[in-house]
Amino acid sequence: MTALGVKGLDKSFGGLRVTSNVTFDVEPGERRLIIGPNGAGKTTLFNLITGELAPDAGSIVLNGQDITRVPSRRRPHLGLARTYQIITLFARDTILRNVTLALLGLSKLRWDPFIDLDRQHHLIEAAQAALARVGLDHIADRPLSQTSYGERRRVEIAMALAQNPSVLLLDEPFAGLSIDERRDVQQLLLAIPRDVTIVMIEHNMDVALEFAERITLLHFGEVIVEGSRAEVVSDPRTREVYLGH
Amino acid sequence: MTAVTARRAALALSGIALITLPIWVGNPYYINVASQILLFAIFALALNVLVGYGGLVSLGHAGLFAMAGYTGALILQAGHGHFVADLAAVLVTVAASAVFGILALRSTGIGFLMITLALGQIVWGIAYRWASLTNGDNGVNVSSRPAPFGFSLAGADSFYFATLAVFVVALVTMALFVRSPFGASLRGARDQSRRMNALGYNVWLIRFLAFLFSGFWTGVAGLLFIYYNQFVSPQVAALTTSAEVLLMVISGGTATLLGPIAGAAIVVIMKNVVSAYVVRWNMVLGIIFVAIITFMPEGLVPGSVRFWKMGWQAWRRRGAVAPTAKLGERAP
Repeated sequence: MTALGVKGLDKSFGGLRVTSNVTFDVEPGERRLIIGPNGAGKTTLFNLITGELAPDAGSIVLNGQDITRVPSRRRPHLGLARTYQIITLFARDTILRNVTLALLGLSKLRWDPFIDLDRQHHLIEAAQAALARVGLDHIADRPLSQTSYGERRRVEIAMALAQNPSVLLLDEPFAGLSIDERRDVQQLLLAIPRDVTIVMIEHNMDVALEFAERITLLHFGEVIVEGSRAEVVSDPRTREVYLGH
Repeated sequence: MTAVTARRAALALSGIALITLPIWVGNPYYINVASQILLFAIFALALNVLVGYGGLVSLGHAGLFAMAGYTGALILQAGHGHFVADLAAVLVTVAASAVFGILALRSTGIGFLMITLALGQIVWGIAYRWASLTNGDNGVNVSSRPAPFGFSLAGADSFYFATLAVFVVALVTMALFVRSPFGASLRGARDQSRRMNALGYNVWLIRFLAFLFSGFWTGVAGLLFIYYNQFVSPQVAALTTSAEVLLMVISGGTATLLGPIAGAAIVVIMKNVVSAYVVRWNMVLGIIFVAIITFMPEGLVPGSVRFWKMGWQAWRRRGAVAPTAKLGERAP
């Protein structure tokens, strides 16, 4: 059973076709890299997988279950988590509260209007544990507005990991990071256990290639090359549309 | 003294001041003004759930406020008791809130504001034009105030204590709501609705339930209002009422518990007390609002806290600098 299967996925905005018959399977535990030039449809593909956009045609299967028509808000409950290319966090809250919100999203407690959230020790401890995984537990109570860009990237990843996903979609996790921050995030991603399948969009090929086991190259919304790291890098089409000569 | 101790002390002092208010105020007119402040504070707190914590600015809440008033007044006029009238008024208001919410939550931002404005105006239009039901511009009279457990609310003092009791329940409920997981979810939906959706939250349902909660307390405030005035007219449902309560929330400080209460106090005191001495009290109220928005854009309560902290820090800096200057004088 594949962890994530995408079959014949089409999406158009008016006359502009952004994904066209996109098909690929990701095996459990796999590290898959999605590459392609700007405008290739990579983030749109993530938005289709998470349900933020509805496909015109095609299907999406998560751990054997067809989720094509499942509302986007239900997909995290089925084991799908994501991070965003443009950091999307709760700027008025602390780091800890950001991660607590991620945990709360999968808990029935989120509907409770009368208990004190700060006294839900099991949630707070789980959030602290998620922050410890990304090395931010020592600044858990710091307001998000007082954190660096690299720390925010790690908060994004902590929020996704806190939900204990089976499939994690990472949208350019290294974008905008310094060399040191990039190394930290790389170590963090390499430490994620194999029970989490990872699909990552990334432009920084130095770090991405080290991480990827299989690569899918998108161009104008179509999969033009797919295969192992060596196969895709050596393919002349990859050099032509993405890596350059 | 720690911040928590100071807060508890302030809370205890406020409680004592409110409970003993009829004794030290004495004059029934001013006790009635205090009752008005409390009932409008409930209304402003209810609106603040949407405006402050939900990021949804409503200009139609006067419609819900009036709906509770008209339902209660008409049922009483039909000969039913206060319990039936009150229960029906709250139920009708919550049901109307559900309709308002379903229609208005198709949008957010300006769209939400315009839909709620339109819905509020529909209620005003019905109150004004459906004269066979609402008695049109002449309004509906309420012959008596209730007497729960034999405790008559006819006097200024007793009505004040009843309003205070309801106000305390509303405030405690709001405080619990704000600190709860659901309150955190509502604030999350305000700040990053897309992210909340991706985290597994049903953003629409969170906002809808918050609308019902807000509608419930708006209905309670509407009931207190008709019992206070013993009269309801289309003016209660007018846009000016919605705008006035929105001003209470914004001027006092959105997404705070004390802000709407402070805002309600300013507006009610200006309308009922200052208007007796200043003919152009509306202008004075306008100047106060402009001053608040200019110097405390976050609202009166959070703005005052900011100024207090700035003053405190400046005072501590002065205290820290003084000995250094003395040392500098001795240096040569």
